[in-house]
Amino acid sequence: MSTQATPVMGKATRDAYGEAITALGATRPDIVVLDADLACSTKSQKFGDKYPERFFNMGIQEANMVGVAAGLASSGKLPWVSSFASFLITKAYDQMRMGVANPGLNVKFVGSHGGISLGEDGASQMSIEDIALTVSLPHFTVVVPADETACRALVNAMADDPRPGFMRTTRPKSPLIHDAAAHFAIGGSSTLRDGSDITLIAYGLMVSESLAAAEALAARGVSARVIDLYSIKPMDVDAVARAARETGAIVCSEEHQVRGGMGSLVAQVVAERHPVPMGFVGIEDTYAESGKPHELHQKYGLTAAHIAQRALEVLKRKG
Amino acid sequence: MPVTVNRDLSQLRETARAVRRDIVRMIGAAASGHPGGSLSAADLITALYFAEMNHDPRHADDPNRDRFVLSKGHGVPAQYAVMARAGYFDPELLSTLRQFESPLQGHPERGRMPGLEASTGSLGQGISIGQGMAMAARLDGAAWRTYVLIGDGEANEGQIWEAAMSAAHFGLGNLVVMMDRNGIQLDGFTKDILDMGDVAAKWRAFGWNTLVIDGHDMGQILDAFAKARQVTDRPTAIVANTVKGKGVSFMENNPDYHGVAPTPDEVERALAELA
Repeated sequence: MSTQATPVMGKATRDAYGEAITALGATRPDIVVLDADLACSTKSQKFGDKYPERFFNMGIQEANMVGVAAGLASSGKLPWVSSFASFLITKAYDQMRMGVANPGLNVKFVGSHGGISLGEDGASQMSIEDIALTVSLPHFTVVVPADETACRALVNAMADDPRPGFMRTTRPKSPLIHDAAAHFAIGGSSTLRDGSDITLIAYGLMVSESLAAAEALAARGVSARVIDLYSIKPMDVDAVARAARETGAIVCSEEHQVRGGMGSLVAQVVAERHPVPMGFVGIEDTYAESGKPHELHQKYGLTAAHIAQRALEVLKRKG
Repeated sequence: MPVTVNRDLSQLRETARAVRRDIVRMIGAAASGHPGGSLSAADLITALYFAEMNHDPRHADDPNRDRFVLSKGHGVPAQYAVMARAGYFDPELLSTLRQFESPLQGHPERGRMPGLEASTGSLGQGISIGQGMAMAARLDGAAWRTYVLIGDGEANEGQIWEAAMSAAHFGLGNLVVMMDRNGIQLDGFTKDILDMGDVAAKWRAFGWNTLVIDGHDMGQILDAFAKARQVTDRPTAIVANTVKGKGVSFMENNPDYHGVAPTPDEVERALAELA
């Protein structure tokens, strides 16, 4: 466990993905990588530069790309498909549904520019529905790394997992949160800070915000546990239930619509295993806009201050 | 053992006729399904399995098998009937079409039955899956070929033309797409719902080796398959002009039988015509 009030900046998770998939290419000749004309942004181009014969830029055709990936997977290949999360998931959802999820084919999806932190490009490029959509697909695993360390480990974990899977990556640099030796598994979670009064659960960039919120709460005498719930599906339900039982209150934060996101799934677990007061920090049934990431996080309520505020509200409901 | 390739036209015609009887019986027994588009595709699918593809029903997962993807998944009774005759499963199973827990789902699903290569039924997708298979074969330097059957109404879908653009770009000479051009979709005639004009010209414009045939003429079908093998630097599109409901007079060219099953009385009349 580590706590860092001012964490060191690392790479963006999209950069870490590009490096990790390229490294994997050396030992996994079955890996093929596809992109839809965003390879320079998703960083899959790194693989394409090293292994051009196993890299396919499909042009701006998300639906065809995902169907092609299903055909490759059914013929012995392990396709990794990338684009912006917004386009990959919404434009090719039916292809993911019937082409991949229905037969349970092993195709990996990596959607970059997740959440609203991509900033200046605005709402059309922002993915704030991808988690709700992908967790709904049978057989799918869904992970979101919070930093480059988690990203590299989760790319390897996905490669070893026989199920189709989705990973969301983000555009801005991510604070280094995890120790280099930290262990990551599909279905795992990482408790970054222990606490006894409330648990802050997050994924992606909201993990560092939750850590900062925990610091702010500590200054007010509140002991907050922080969990990086990087594997949203399958979920580490025991860690969630333990948090409910041991701390008695939970706040979930995510760069995603609050309806249908990770918080909704955690609430299902809490309701079944150990009901406690909960609060939710996320996008409140709207679309964001152009701006700098910190401006957007401020306006749409996704900062450490918002998380701490919500925690204090939830604590008032704690018996 | 592999299915023996049989290019005896009269025998293929007789097999297709028997397949049509199976289609009518299956959909009649299920009391739901798509007879029109199954009957229009019967000759193409019969020719594929008995005279063109390299496949072995006892080794349906042989990595070197030729692949067939029925992109127009609603025509699957034709594929089930052909697969049963080829030896993939007991023909007795045909009577369980669309029944609870039958492997013969209303639309094909990969994993439900050996030999079904893709889950289709949501139109437009099978052609892309076939393209991916063709790309896998080329990556492996393998000789197996991929065949896809699409509908003409299905070509309303943008994804068909995404794949048309893409497969030509990648020069996939190991991919053959057949279009069952029966001129009818669910709500009516294709020319009234969404007129696609000269579809052969469209395939040519997209860069495909394009052949136009009578999709009920076994000789022309086999000839088209042979011509497709001769072109190795680009995919082949076979625009097969067909008759919806082919072989049953009261179903032929009748939009009412796109997705409505024949009554028991109609089944008897149809079987008499196909005897």
